[in-house]
Amino acid sequence: MPDTRSSSTHDTQGRPLVAVTGLGIVTSLGQGVAENWNALTAGRSGIRAIRRFPTEGLRTRIAGTVDFLDTDPLVAPLLSERFATVAADEAVAQAGIGSAFPGALFVAVPPVEMEWPQREALAEAAGSNDGEITYSDLQRSAASRRFDAWHDLFIFGTVADRLADRFGTRGSPISLSTACSSGATAIQLGVEAIRRGEMEAALCIGTDGSVNPESLIRFSLLSALSTQNDPPDGASKPFSKNRDGFVMGEGAAAIVLESAASARARGAAILGYVLGCGEKGDGFHRTRSSPDGAPVIAAMRAALADAGLTPEAIDHVNAHGTSTPENDKMEALGCSAVFGDRVGQLPISSNKSMIGHTLTAAGAIEAVISLLTIRNGRIPPTINYAIPDPALLLDVVDRTRDMRVSRVLSNSFGFGGQNTCLVLGDEP
Amino acid sequence: MSRDVVVTGIGLVSCAGEGIEAHLAAFASQEAPRTDADSFAPYPVHPVAPLTLDAQIPKKSDQRQMEPWQRLGVYAAGLALDSAGVKNDPAFKAALQLVVAAGGGERDYAVDGAILSGLRNAADPGAFLNERLLNDLRPTLFLAQLSNLLAGNISIVHGVTGASRTFMGEESCGVDALRIAHARVASGQIDTIMVGSSYNAERPDVMVVHEMGGFLDKPVYRPVFERGEENGGFVLGSAAAFLVLETAEHASARGARALARLMPVANDRMARKPGSVSASLARLIGEAGIGQPDVVLSGATGLADLAAEELAGIRAALPGAGIRATGDIIGHPMEVTAPFGAALGAALCAAGSAREVAVTSVGHRRGEGVIRVLAA
Repeated sequence: MPDTRSSSTHDTQGRPLVAVTGLGIVTSLGQGVAENWNALTAGRSGIRAIRRFPTEGLRTRIAGTVDFLDTDPLVAPLLSERFATVAADEAVAQAGIGSAFPGALFVAVPPVEMEWPQREALAEAAGSNDGEITYSDLQRSAASRRFDAWHDLFIFGTVADRLADRFGTRGSPISLSTACSSGATAIQLGVEAIRRGEMEAALCIGTDGSVNPESLIRFSLLSALSTQNDPPDGASKPFSKNRDGFVMGEGAAAIVLESAASARARGAAILGYVLGCGEKGDGFHRTRSSPDGAPVIAAMRAALADAGLTPEAIDHVNAHGTSTPENDKMEALGCSAVFGDRVGQLPISSNKSMIGHTLTAAGAIEAVISLLTIRNGRIPPTINYAIPDPALLLDVVDRTRDMRVSRVLSNSFGFGGQNTCLVLGDEP
Repeated sequence: MSRDVVVTGIGLVSCAGEGIEAHLAAFASQEAPRTDADSFAPYPVHPVAPLTLDAQIPKKSDQRQMEPWQRLGVYAAGLALDSAGVKNDPAFKAALQLVVAAGGGERDYAVDGAILSGLRNAADPGAFLNERLLNDLRPTLFLAQLSNLLAGNISIVHGVTGASRTFMGEESCGVDALRIAHARVASGQIDTIMVGSSYNAERPDVMVVHEMGGFLDKPVYRPVFERGEENGGFVLGSAAAFLVLETAEHASARGARALARLMPVANDRMARKPGSVSASLARLIGEAGIGQPDVVLSGATGLADLAAEELAGIRAALPGAGIRATGDIIGHPMEVTAPFGAALGAALCAAGSAREVAVTSVGHRRGEGVIRVLAA
């Protein structure tokens, strides 16, 4: 415990305490906190064979897709917007904060690109039945004015713009990417804005609906994905000796952040606190971490320092735990350095064993699950932990564990040297 | 707590050349920006000046692993670090934070074309697409496309490893990047940050996206404020701009010259209806505290209706102020527009050509912003 006390509205560093007053989530396991929590604590997997597009010839044919929500056309930005809307509807309703959100929007969205069905439609409209199609043909079709509606669909600011309209958030909405730590960064930006006193509330969202052929194949070409397609629910096995890559997942999570002072003043139920955020860049390699783990370690320590806590105050680690050989090894190394010998008795679990790697959304989804873990005193398991990796000296939670959890460290690491960690807690 | 934030480093590349002097000269000149109306006809572009990549990206392996938009950005970031005098200061760079405004990277145009051609007669289009993508996509191309990998490459090539965040969303994310970077330093959350953006206009896929909606002007360059016919549009320009920001105290402690002061950035996103852009800009000019600017650097895209509203808003709030469109210097570099304006404004202040510069940005679909730069 820190030796200096926080007040009910400010932390030990004199900054506004940042409370959580609303949570929303959608994953392959279902829509809403209740459905997801029941499935997660039952150890159920949302990974299944991909039905959205033909998988013939692909090495990986499974994913944690959200099949019960769709859009027309079925493209990543629209799906991401839909998931985000569903999650934010839930979070904002729980917060009871009104229809015009009294703060800014920070949303982690996957990078946007035109997709193959649209390219094909432009190619077809060009009407050249022989000869090679080039981008000049696509440009000519675009100039026909028939496809003008697709401009907004395939620029980067649209998802946030529409979310800002729907929820009535204030100011310029921020769309961001820090690769697989994006969801955590969205929360960090909200925390920082509240601490600066710019706003009393922030709507922070991470969303990802990009399971489509090219996205899957891109990760496949980097040898990042599990190829153990059968059975699908056995593929994602973080910290196991036979782990062979991650499984793509989809979903979104939304968190309503509020200064504790504002939440108390309006009598809102406080669901928990974001006590600290830490980040550290890594210049070692585009996809691999520094071999000594220094940046990962620095990010975890920065989050603890920002929360004014020592490692002993952490009860549980919600792991990044992607199930890739590299990530899980580096994360275990980092945890060992930060927590010392205690790492063997510190419960660690990866939600990705059940929902896959939800990429841009992961940091936000896992922050929501961390807060639910705290509230329920129950840690969701890392399923498929049948063959522990003996090199990782971790206390992997392989079945649902009931215990008091006061503070969680939630890790997120991404391509491009992105490392972002959050400390979530029940009390300041 | 609110601390003074100063600009100590500037890195610029565009069709006007590279570095501060080239851009001050371009600002002073009345000549049309260098334009290529042929390579991507019917769309004119402002192509980036030839760069000696080795000067900022010494390893060929790094150059190979990037696509043009990343090389431009990494190059300009290197110039900014040089300008701040920290290129060879590992400790400074290890603590230096990054905010990058970015879109996405280039595609493999030949592969896309071949796949689209083959799909026309494929017996099983889904299987054909899978097979071609698996066989023809370069594995590393993905890393050249990801928005956050410009920041990642700056970390790798220059050792800037504080931590990075990438903002996306066309023109307005460039303003947001400046706003957040400034706010984090001013509030005491961090001491140093590099903020900037990069855009490659010389790629046919962006012309497809912006031709949809009719946002591109063609077939030749016209001055930004003379594009009334058919509502004009933008002429895309390849460019990158980075600024090193730090607290005045931090800069003076390390003996660095403050080139200019960056003031709190004002921006918003108003629902677009007739008059809304003018009203929003006029209000933001007040909010940003613009006094008597020696020049207003307008990031007007070239869409005539928006440009008219922008000019009306500026003239209402700042009667008599001289207005210069950065599009007439470097074209429209999308996310780079605001960082470029801020960097050029800082360069004008550093050169003694201005005491105060206002930078305006009106996004082609959304977002209005005003940035105030003062002499240090």
